[in-house]
Amino acid sequence: MLDVLTWVTSVAALLLAAWCGWSASRDRPTKDPHFVGMAVVTVLALAQLVVGIVQLVRGEKPEQGTTIFVAYLLGALACVPVAGFMSLAERTRWGSVTVAAGGVVLAVLEVRLYDIWGG
Amino acid sequence: MAAPRADADQERGPRRTRLISGPGMLLVWLYGVMVVGAVSRSAVQISTDFDRAPLAYSLSAVAGVVYGFITYSLVRGGETARRAALACCVAELAGVLAVGTWTLVEPSAFPDSTVWSDFGMGYLFIPVLLPLSAIRWLRRAGAADAGPGTAAA
Repeated sequence: MLDVLTWVTSVAALLLAAWCGWSASRDRPTKDPHFVGMAVVTVLALAQLVVGIVQLVRGEKPEQGTTIFVAYLLGALACVPVAGFMSLAERTRWGSVTVAAGGVVLAVLEVRLYDIWGG
Repeated sequence: MAAPRADADQERGPRRTRLISGPGMLLVWLYGVMVVGAVSRSAVQISTDFDRAPLAYSLSAVAGVVYGFITYSLVRGGETARRAALACCVAELAGVLAVGTWTLVEPSAFPDSTVWSDFGMGYLFIPVLLPLSAIRWLRRAGAADAGPGTAAA
């Protein structure tokens, strides 16, 4: 379950990055549809956090330690919303680039999460 | 698109070079990510397993502090902050290059990796690319601030 969510979230994050990168290349700031996209990715990250905590409560242990696992789950959850707020403050193409970078960072976090859990 | 906004910002409030407009926002984001990455990583490693690789973990902590200061300077804006950030970016670049070379020449000194190991390979080379972009951006912000005639520099 956690592995599936990890993969789905990283693919969604990369799609978001590609979409915002495309908008940036067309000189466009982030608009409502982008924020819907960010919301979808954030909901996935939230689901991952919940599932991750449930697995921990059930007594399963991440391969590289519980602290690091939870830290990465929280980082993954915060990543895209923070970039989204920054794009609200920067209503140019650079706001879109920032969200695109946020998507890439989230995808990297997901790969690390996969390793940390020991998938 | 960014130019009229920068003018509007300078008209209201105290005149202070804005360092987070346009590409500056992307830099703040990337530096912010590196702050969280380096600080939390070194905090966990120093508090749980410091004796294993004291040098590597201390260097990660130093990197985190440098990143934190640059992020703060960028957000704050102004000429003093710009110069301070520029100096830190140069120090950061020197640090990445020195530590990167050090980890390649003498891997035995580093039982575990730091943020700056192998020129930041574990972080997609962002540690070495970031100061280069930031130095470019900060120099341009300074030139734009010096007067309209030099804005194109």
